[in-house]
Amino acid sequence: MDIIHDDYQVHYDAATATVVCQGSFRLRGTEEYAPILQVLTAAADAQPATLTLDLRTLQFLNSSGINTLAKFVLHARQYQATQVVMKGSHLFPWQEKSLKNFQRLLPGLHLEIE
Amino acid sequence: MTRIFGHFIARKDDQGEYLKIGFSPTSIPIQQRWRNNGLSADFLADYLSTFFPGDTHAAAERQAQLKSTISYVANELLENAMKFSYAPSQHAIGLAMYLEPDAVSLYVTNSVDPQAVASFQQAITRLLTADIDVLYLEQLTHNAESDSAEGSGLGYLTMLHDYGVALAWRFAPSLQDPDVITVTTMARLSV
Repeated sequence: MDIIHDDYQVHYDAATATVVCQGSFRLRGTEEYAPILQVLTAAADAQPATLTLDLRTLQFLNSSGINTLAKFVLHARQYQATQVVMKGSHLFPWQEKSLKNFQRLLPGLHLEIE
Repeated sequence: MTRIFGHFIARKDDQGEYLKIGFSPTSIPIQQRWRNNGLSADFLADYLSTFFPGDTHAAAERQAQLKSTISYVANELLENAMKFSYAPSQHAIGLAMYLEPDAVSLYVTNSVDPQAVASFQQAITRLLTADIDVLYLEQLTHNAESDSAEGSGLGYLTMLHDYGVALAWRFAPSLQDPDVITVTTMARLSV
């Protein structure tokens, strides 16, 4: 399940239960983010032991995108047997500012910023 | 009638270093214009970095942080302006950035639907008086349960909560057409 766009890409690898987001997410509102949220929630619905969301090459995320990731985290929260791992990078300063907020929605969320 | 919310700092164009961009009303669909938000925001952020050279490791780190903040804040302000401009007014959207020795300020002006002014001002009052930390978490949780077609309400909250930006607003009749109400949003970042 992949989404390929000029400005961003989403790749879901079911075998490793990893969703990789790349590029810049500047989409306009809930409707435009729906396909991305769909990939994320489908990955959570598979209920893997560990679900990794790799954002290390996501350069930009607007507030609608933050909203989308929050929905995903709250959706994943119902699967208590799944450990959610979020990977970020210091290369993009927004990640260390904003990603830690998701731990407040899901205290067990494992955040790795490298 | 002019109304101010927060510590709004009025500007005169002939003072200091500034950059202004205007977006005229156009028939191009919002879908296509949307891309300009990111382009303009990144342009401002790149432009600004000239004034904050990254010649040491610490300076480079500071420059990267500043660029990222301006790029985020300008993009959010423009997205809001485009979403909430009152189309029948045919009023342009204005974006200005002012540089001072200790701060960078962004100002975005757009028209507002007269019917939406009261609820907008209520939301602003909440932002300026509530505990931002609590409000932010509430909003994230609230949005997951009920989708608003108007937007996530997270733009201003992230600026305040994640980026430590000071926000203020000025509502005033348009200079070109006194029947049109405009709002100027100021986002000020200490540097």
